[in-house]
Amino acid sequence: MSIQFLKTPRGIYNSLLILLCVFMPIIAPLIGQEFYTDVVARVMIVTIAAISLNFIMGYGGMISFGHAIFVGIGGYSVGILASHGIESAYIQWPVGILMSGLFALIIGAISLRTRGVYFIMITLAFAQMMYFLSVSVEKYGSDDGLTIDARSDFGLSFFDLNDAMTMYYTAFMLMVGCLYLNFRIVNSRFGRVLRAGKSNNERMATIGYPTFRYKLVAFVIAGMMCGLSGLLSANFEDFVSPDLLFWTFSGELIFMVVLGGMGTIMGPLGGAMIFLFLTEILSNITEAWHLIFGPFLILVVLFARGGVEGFLKKYEDPNG
Amino acid sequence: MADIMLKVENLVKRFGGLVATDSFSMDVIQGEIHAIIGPNGAGKTTLIHQLSGLLNSDSGTIQFDGKEISHLSAPKRCHAGMVRSYQITSIFKDFSVLDNVAMSIQAREGHSFRFWDDAGKDADLSEKAMKILNETSLQDKAGILADNLAHGEQRQLEVAMALATSPKMLLLDEPMAGMGPEESSTVTKFLNSMKVNYTMLLIEHDMDAVFALADRITVLVYGKAIACGTPEEIRSNKEVRAAYLGDG
Repeated sequence: MSIQFLKTPRGIYNSLLILLCVFMPIIAPLIGQEFYTDVVARVMIVTIAAISLNFIMGYGGMISFGHAIFVGIGGYSVGILASHGIESAYIQWPVGILMSGLFALIIGAISLRTRGVYFIMITLAFAQMMYFLSVSVEKYGSDDGLTIDARSDFGLSFFDLNDAMTMYYTAFMLMVGCLYLNFRIVNSRFGRVLRAGKSNNERMATIGYPTFRYKLVAFVIAGMMCGLSGLLSANFEDFVSPDLLFWTFSGELIFMVVLGGMGTIMGPLGGAMIFLFLTEILSNITEAWHLIFGPFLILVVLFARGGVEGFLKKYEDPNG
Repeated sequence: MADIMLKVENLVKRFGGLVATDSFSMDVIQGEIHAIIGPNGAGKTTLIHQLSGLLNSDSGTIQFDGKEISHLSAPKRCHAGMVRSYQITSIFKDFSVLDNVAMSIQAREGHSFRFWDDAGKDADLSEKAMKILNETSLQDKAGILADNLAHGEQRQLEVAMALATSPKMLLLDEPMAGMGPEESSTVTKFLNSMKVNYTMLLIEHDMDAVFALADRITVLVYGKAIACGTPEEIRSNKEVRAAYLGDG
């Protein structure tokens, strides 16, 4: 990324998004909207899930309509372990991420044998199965959810997630880390295989790639990253509930990715930011905010196919 | 004694009651251009899918370079040295011309589970891809998006991608499809120039091209090889004329 890029509309827009994340804890009290800090914290946490979805959907063409399942698994890993008194982050976090990866491996191994609408339906079915499981297990709160008494304990005096700022900037650093990781992977040899497979899967096979393997590994990476988002969410909210697994949340994730710009590095952050702030602002204005939000979604899909990133790119280069 | 590169014996493919490939046998000798011709519906596409591993055969054997390959997957057949091109241009449209070819190079260099280094800055990869573009006269188009190439150039890229896998044999599925006479004679010249280095199995509709290029021709009718021989032999074969060229 060059300095030149930062002067383009996309560069300015993306810089603003990052600056907003960095300085919101300072800005929010100044404008008397202190809860905005919490909104941005949620944005950053959900952005990690959106990056993960964008990785397989935007770059790999795998439209996972059950992506919330991995957020749920990450979240419940914290919740369930905490309810048994295991609060160490060094147990909770590896368990959350590895469980998400393991589920991604199983779900991917089955669903990646299908394509298109069947893939969408199977991923959705897995997520709904897990949703109903979470609703039915009384021990872990069933549909009331599970309150978490203590946040993940890193055993460090200077690094305590109970401190609001530590929590906020941990989410920020992890989000930036995921953005960078995604940037590296999609431009690597592996990322090229993923993108070319989206473009033309059969050709990939005939020039010598066992494509299933590559897609499965991508799916597992995405699952683990999404699990991380769940871990953070459980810690931030001190609470997990079946809502994390419900299909509407998977749908919202898809929408955030599309809104921000599918297959772009920064798209997920922009998408999540706009989505959550609009939800927040509109629901404060009127109770019937869905009546405004719905048409907005339709307009975006109709007129801004490439999302915000695509729109700005067109503006920079009308021929591009 | 010429080496046999590909030996197909009694290959069968049924779709329900339809026998698309009916005990088909043929061989391709190393260094030759062997063409398969046949009227529409003769089973040419089914056959090339079977040979390239996209369709499983019901019975029969395919020996390539001395090894039985009929149970290998498409990517494994490619690694064994047999690569196909497509009748309907099958390229990565949103990749540059250079990157299309680089994908083939990357495929032959072992696994691609490399997650960190920027493949676009991999000098080795782009150097090798550039070499293939030079061979296929596409060097000036390296940076262009594949989707923006002219039709004829896309056909060339199609072949370049196959060449970049360093094959021992090329399976060319109608390389002249959808071309005017001028473009098609360019491609004929191009294929002729590659003949020194590659064995080719050519499936083609364009008769002028076939008779100009092929050392041997196999005629496919209703999934069966009804004749095999030099272009002269095929021209004068009565059965072929009756079944295919349309006069008896």
